[in-house]
Amino acid sequence: MTITRRRLLYLLPAAAIAWDALIAGTPEAAPNYNMTDHWWGFLIDVTKCIGCGTCVQACKAENNVPDGYYRTWVERYHVADWNFENPQVDSPEGGIHGFPASGKEGGKNFYVPKMCNHCADSPCTQVCPVGATFVSPDGVVLVDQTYCLGCRYCIQACPYGCRFLNPETKTASKCTMCYHRITKGLTTACCETCPTQTRQLVDLKNPNDPVHKFIETHSVQVLKPQMATRSKAFYYGLDGSVR
Amino acid sequence: MAAVFAVGIALFLVARAIFVPKTFGQYGHYRAAALKDIADKPIMFAGHGACESCHSEVYEVKSKGVHAHVACEACHGPLAKHADDPTALQPPKMDVAVLCVRCHEAGVAKPKTFPEVVSAEHSGGVPCNTCHQPHSPRIGDATTASVGKPSGGSK
Repeated sequence: MTITRRRLLYLLPAAAIAWDALIAGTPEAAPNYNMTDHWWGFLIDVTKCIGCGTCVQACKAENNVPDGYYRTWVERYHVADWNFENPQVDSPEGGIHGFPASGKEGGKNFYVPKMCNHCADSPCTQVCPVGATFVSPDGVVLVDQTYCLGCRYCIQACPYGCRFLNPETKTASKCTMCYHRITKGLTTACCETCPTQTRQLVDLKNPNDPVHKFIETHSVQVLKPQMATRSKAFYYGLDGSVR
Repeated sequence: MAAVFAVGIALFLVARAIFVPKTFGQYGHYRAAALKDIADKPIMFAGHGACESCHSEVYEVKSKGVHAHVACEACHGPLAKHADDPTALQPPKMDVAVLCVRCHEAGVAKPKTFPEVVSAEHSGGVPCNTCHQPHSPRIGDATTASVGKPSGGSK
């Protein structure tokens, strides 16, 4: 048989498919933790937060976060009057040492813990040019440190300002929802140490999870819903001034 | 010409096989093995369940007090190494002057129901644990004054 141009064009796609099947290898054996059984999120009850900064300290200790960078932080809001479009917000060192007295009496004063919202339609993962950041099958937005180029696209894309370039590794870094803990049946470091249960981990695929029940039956909202990111950090008792 | 194309495409496929990670595309447009890399990181906070399995006396006192829902490591710090091997790492001594006020120093942004004090006026420099038992801090609630020794193990 002579290989004509036409025959070659028929042959090549078939060869490509065959080769792809050959090199794909065997998928890793599934570990005890079954990813498809979970869909993780956070519940943050703003009415309980006391601004102690224990979560920020715990995150730093658990994840070896460099000084001056934060995977989670706490903001203090002061809304002086009716004008909630213009709140005064401060977060000294991410709130890691708590908050000094503000001297601002009157109006509304409250704390808001922030971290990666682990959006289901995350803008940050969509812009990665190398496939180094992704939403895992259990709903956690993660960064593959070995493939990240450090181009900072994702840092710009995140509407919540949750990512930073790690000055040591020069790769994008962010809250992993303590993926190394939740896959072993523990809660995240911030949720574990939060003394007032402001922060709680929630499994949105587990109907028996009490935190899931809470979200089901209470008025909660997400940050920047207009961004349509399908955020999974649900805030209870959130004021309209919070951005 | 066909041979040149065939060689070129073969080269491309070989290069692709070498440079694209084995698990790329298993779950999506990323390296699936990254999930395992991230999940394999060491744990620092053991979780209150690990603490309670040995320190049941403390748990007993704490669970009846107002600090029942404050996890051990919220105050004592990350102690997974201690939980793995109690002799490897001893929990550091707590400094109540820093620790208690971190939560309980009065601040306008705190929820109104949360117990707050202006520490300088409240105690005037007397350490908090002179009057308050940290594991069950409401005065009159604590059942015993000396908790802290592990109930299990060799010690």
